[in-house]
Amino acid sequence: MLTVRDLKVHFPITKGVFFDRVVGAVRAVDGVDLTIPDGATLGLVGESGCGKSTVGKAILRLVPLTSGTVRFDDVELSALHGEALRTARRKVQMIFQDPYASLDPRQNVESILAEPIRTHALRKGAAIDTRVVELLDSVGLPRTAAGRYPHEFSGGQRQRIGIARALAAEPSLIIADEPVSALDVSIQAQVVNLLADLQEQLDLTYLFISHDLAIVRHIADDVAVMYLGGIVETTSAELLYTRPLHPYTLALLSAVPIPDPIVEDTRRRTVLEGDLPSPANPPSGCRFHTRCVYVRDRCVTERPELREVEPGHMAACHFAEEIAVSISPRPAVDQRP
Amino acid sequence: MRLSRKATLVMTPDPGSTGAGDDAADVVRPNSLGREGLRRIKRNPLAVVGGSVILFFILVALFAPLLAPFNPRDISWFDQIRPTRIPGPSTAHWFGLDAAGRDELSRIIYGARASLVIGVLSLLIGAFIGAMIGLLAGAFGGWVDSLVMRITDIMLSVPGLLLALSIAAVIGQSQTSIIVAVAVPNIPLFARLLRGSMLGERQKDYVASAESVGVRRRSLVMRHVFPNSLAPMLVQASLALSTAIIDASALSFLGLGSADPGVAEWGRMLTDTTRYLRVAPHLAIFPGVAIMITALGFNLFGEAVREALDPKLRR
Repeated sequence: MLTVRDLKVHFPITKGVFFDRVVGAVRAVDGVDLTIPDGATLGLVGESGCGKSTVGKAILRLVPLTSGTVRFDDVELSALHGEALRTARRKVQMIFQDPYASLDPRQNVESILAEPIRTHALRKGAAIDTRVVELLDSVGLPRTAAGRYPHEFSGGQRQRIGIARALAAEPSLIIADEPVSALDVSIQAQVVNLLADLQEQLDLTYLFISHDLAIVRHIADDVAVMYLGGIVETTSAELLYTRPLHPYTLALLSAVPIPDPIVEDTRRRTVLEGDLPSPANPPSGCRFHTRCVYVRDRCVTERPELREVEPGHMAACHFAEEIAVSISPRPAVDQRP
Repeated sequence: MRLSRKATLVMTPDPGSTGAGDDAADVVRPNSLGREGLRRIKRNPLAVVGGSVILFFILVALFAPLLAPFNPRDISWFDQIRPTRIPGPSTAHWFGLDAAGRDELSRIIYGARASLVIGVLSLLIGAFIGAMIGLLAGAFGGWVDSLVMRITDIMLSVPGLLLALSIAAVIGQSQTSIIVAVAVPNIPLFARLLRGSMLGERQKDYVASAESVGVRRRSLVMRHVFPNSLAPMLVQASLALSTAIIDASALSFLGLGSADPGVAEWGRMLTDTTRYLRVAPHLAIFPGVAIMITALGFNLFGEAVREALDPKLRR
């Protein structure tokens, strides 16, 4: 079970020629709570720049935490340093967004896959080679791939090498940071289904970060929606897509195309005005009030807490109940083939 | 199963093979990135010209005793030298005689040795020390980085030739002093270059992925960041060779080379002729042209290496 409590990641903005002077901070992640039970998949969605990737990196401590705790099973990752952190990272692995940047161009596949095994001494001698072959099989790559270099593979194949590398460390939790958004649509389904199969076989827990609502619905049990460094709504995938309570989620869902021309033409759309505000200078009160269609005076001054509006359905909006009444059940969002 | 590490030392990521649609197909384009770079160099006419000049220069230097018609220190023809007449090219002496009555062609041929030794050694020393310093800064970052970079800034703020002259003045007149004097101004250049490209590489996802896998810091830097940061060093080194040869000639022209007047060195040969420029212009032309052609050869080749390794120029 992964538990994240009040996670904050602020990147300092510095000025000065000789000595850096901190003049502000980019609040990339500003108070995030997450819980993922063993074997479940949490989808983390939001537009680019909302801090969802930073949450993933912060869990693995790839970026420095400003405050908050990250606990996986019995280990408090956020309290570890040096060698203890290095060893603990084995249980939590990451799949990166860009398969062209996330593999060392100078290492062949065999040494990419053997590295996690060697560095954690999981196998020795010839058993390493056997394990590499096993990993290649499990992601559907030919055994001959072992001697080749990343540039010889296509995007989808590279992403599968990235998945195999994450599996090589024998983790229980995998953080998949937009694992398919750099791939062709035709390849996305293959990779997502591979992830789902692996989850079943290896009893993995996933944090699935994505901006693609359709794919998240396909793979996730629970979904958390992020906006400007904070979670605005979280519930089961089913509830979120059928009964969204936060105006931001409403807007996101209305941007998902529906492959039915009549529904597509007649449905009501909520179009978001403007851009994501700067996380270095976030708006007062509710972070979303600058773009919200339901905005009222209270939103400008008071920041809404993430609270349980309905059983098993949390939202950070002062008027979630009113929205729940006013919005009829929405048409189902299509799943990608 | 393994490919040779050496063959892949100069690879850069190839953005060309983005064929995501061919996922079902087994494996595509089995050519290594290093071989790709080599192919690009071979196809570039500038590289072929530059490479031929360099090869010629190296062969001349290696086989100088076989190629030179006479001993470069032999002053047998001293009686032909007059204050107003130094014999120019003839069938016996293709490049003529010098002011001390030695065969100019033999001296040019032996001079290639001095230039090659000084150029290559000074570059290797400069690049090696520079790389060590850059590695230190790039690997540790923080205050180590700041300190090292401020020191290299100070070194860079002194003009190269001035720095070289002061160093030569301290060490004294010898071939070693030229080597050191040419090497030292190269140190900050290489240090900054490696540090910069290491900083760039560190930001890349594959470093984060290695870190998340739990790779130790030393192996993170030495296995991943450092080998991927070497391409700019290689380009700088091939371009800096021509500068090193010119600088070495300039320093020996200024009289900082070996104290032995018999040593054949192109820069020194130019100095010796300044007094006889009107009487014997061939004494200035031949060593000058030799320096120019060699430097040009290295420069052309360096440009070709840069083009071959620059992903933006890939066609």
